[in-house]
Amino acid sequence: MLYFSDLLQYSDVFLSGLKTTVELTVLTTILGVVLGTVCATVRQYGNRASQRVVSVYVELIRNTPFIVQLFFIFFGLPAIGMMLSPWEASMIALTINLGAYSTEIIRAGLASISKGQIEAAKVLGLNFRQTLTRVIFVPAFEKIYPALTSQCIIVMLGSAVISQISVQDLTYAANLVQSRNFRAFESYFVTALLYLGLSILLRFAFNALGKRLFAYRASN
Amino acid sequence: MIEFSNYDILRNLMFATQWTILLSLAAFIGGTTVALTLTAMRLTRNPAMQRIVRVYVELFQGTPLLMQMFLCFFGLSMLGYEISAWGAAILSLTLFTSAFLVEIWRGCIDTLPKGQWEASRCLGLSFLQTLRHIILPQAIRVATAPTVGFSVQVIKGTALASVIGFVELTKVGTMLNNATFEPFKIFTLVALIYFMLCYPLSLYSKHLEKKFNVSR
Amino acid sequence: MSLVNLHQVHKYYGDNHVLKGIDLDIKAGEVVSIIGKSGSGKSTLLRCINGLEQYQEGGITVDGKEVTTEDIQVRRLALSVGMIFQNFNLFPHMTVGENVMLAPTIVLKKSKAEAETTARAMLEKVGLADKFDSFPEKLSGGQQQRVAIARALAMSPKVLLCDEITSALDPELVGEVLKVLEQLAKEGITLVLVTHEMNFARDVGSRVVFMHQGKVWEQGDSKTLLSNPQTDELKQFIGAVL
Repeated sequence: MLYFSDLLQYSDVFLSGLKTTVELTVLTTILGVVLGTVCATVRQYGNRASQRVVSVYVELIRNTPFIVQLFFIFFGLPAIGMMLSPWEASMIALTINLGAYSTEIIRAGLASISKGQIEAAKVLGLNFRQTLTRVIFVPAFEKIYPALTSQCIIVMLGSAVISQISVQDLTYAANLVQSRNFRAFESYFVTALLYLGLSILLRFAFNALGKRLFAYRASN
Repeated sequence: MIEFSNYDILRNLMFATQWTILLSLAAFIGGTTVALTLTAMRLTRNPAMQRIVRVYVELFQGTPLLMQMFLCFFGLSMLGYEISAWGAAILSLTLFTSAFLVEIWRGCIDTLPKGQWEASRCLGLSFLQTLRHIILPQAIRVATAPTVGFSVQVIKGTALASVIGFVELTKVGTMLNNATFEPFKIFTLVALIYFMLCYPLSLYSKHLEKKFNVSR
Repeated sequence: MSLVNLHQVHKYYGDNHVLKGIDLDIKAGEVVSIIGKSGSGKSTLLRCINGLEQYQEGGITVDGKEVTTEDIQVRRLALSVGMIFQNFNLFPHMTVGENVMLAPTIVLKKSKAEAETTARAMLEKVGLADKFDSFPEKLSGGQQQRVAIARALAMSPKVLLCDEITSALDPELVGEVLKVLEQLAKEGITLVLVTHEMNFARDVGSRVVFMHQGKVWEQGDSKTLLSNPQTDELKQFIGAVL
């Protein structure tokens, strides 16, 4: 028999876990996309050496599990003198992880901008920074927006792992509740549904944001 | 406390890597099989079947792999189905892998021009004949690179099996860490081993993609 | 006084010698049409004048200042040289008005109101005043190219370079763009065009420069040159295009 009603008394625990997960997601989405944008710009327009550095970063992150990255940052870095709280370690790990994936995605967007657009900006007298921010970024991000937002949702779901270094996120709440009332299936099932709701909500939010950011497509 | 030499650490990690590889293979084979079935269901154009596939994908792509593992491991045994960590890991990774592969393959099949189906119909080929002789050979060519690319995600996904106590590379890493208190060294080694497993597959996937784009 | 001056310009793409010692002098108010087969180096020549391409030997000056591909130099050049491309290259995420106002506001640091006044005037000039708030993708090719002209004019350049600006257009849209150019020529704006429109070169242009194999093969007053070519190559070329 399933007893979902037993979970009601723990709704505070779930809510506080949900809050932590949402906060970390919002923060690391912003930081990760900014990091990815900087790295993608360097990767696409930088000199040979800095391109190489970015490639190494991207390949290292993309070819190792997030949980190992998290353990390395949380357990490994203090060993060489960098003390981090679980929350800080999680934030850094998530940002670095999303940063690497979004670098690849955003770079594809930058590469899709025709040389003509850049030349047109140049002959109008725009400098490189102005060309990037005014001419290149908006169409480039529009191109890869679906891929980028999917990746943000994947990273949000991947954040469940941070419960393993005792950040009190949604998964931590699920573990806590099931250890108290021994209703593992119910607890994890409800938590899974909460994550599902969160990813659907995020997708809606990203779509709404996209409509605003790239409004020029729909208008007149 | 037992002293671990570097040799001991490496030997233990290498031993654990075998389990990571084995789990990856099992999950990949399981995932491919389920994804093939789901793709077939989707291609029937039966609305009910297509809805089932859509919900399946939504469920397993929209929830954390870790949560799926907990549900398979703790949840199923709560419901009276005893399952080992190994079984729960394979089951959840199979579900996870198939949900992503079926979406990747959908993209590949959709890139084939609609005219291919129509032309085959006009030539008098049945649905299955069209699939077998026209669609699949082309789709497989398109799908190989992203499928190989996704195998990297499967290998990385197996690391989560450590959380439910399955002894693979990451689990042995944490165990060695607890015994040696050398987290920097241990997790660097663990990361490097994963990298050596995954990077060649990433490169191969990129190579396939390039080759395919050139031949097109 | 010469506005654009090229002296013994050589340009190589690797081993490929594209420009073989070009001498050219363009005075303010001239309308110079550069014609020639594809591969004769005419587009490259144009792109050297505004620093989009690097040349290896010789010298180019615009308004007395030397041209290099150095970024900062290209930008300073942008104040005196405008350029219009074959593929329009309007910015798709900006309205027509924003396209025209962009450079005056962020390069010339004009106020928004001032830039808007200029932009509206320039769009009026190309006959598109009513499209100020439209997005480029809603316009026809001819209209897009006219916006590109307005965008270049908003920087009040001393010379306007046109790189085959009607080649990507449907035949029925070529006329409206040429009409705008003719109007500009009448106003005394210096134009250098790479073009295939022989009628335009003859009727509107003041001078024709025929390029062949990376050299200025023949040049002169447009009407005289086109009706009475001196070299076999130009004769052949005119025969082929007319």
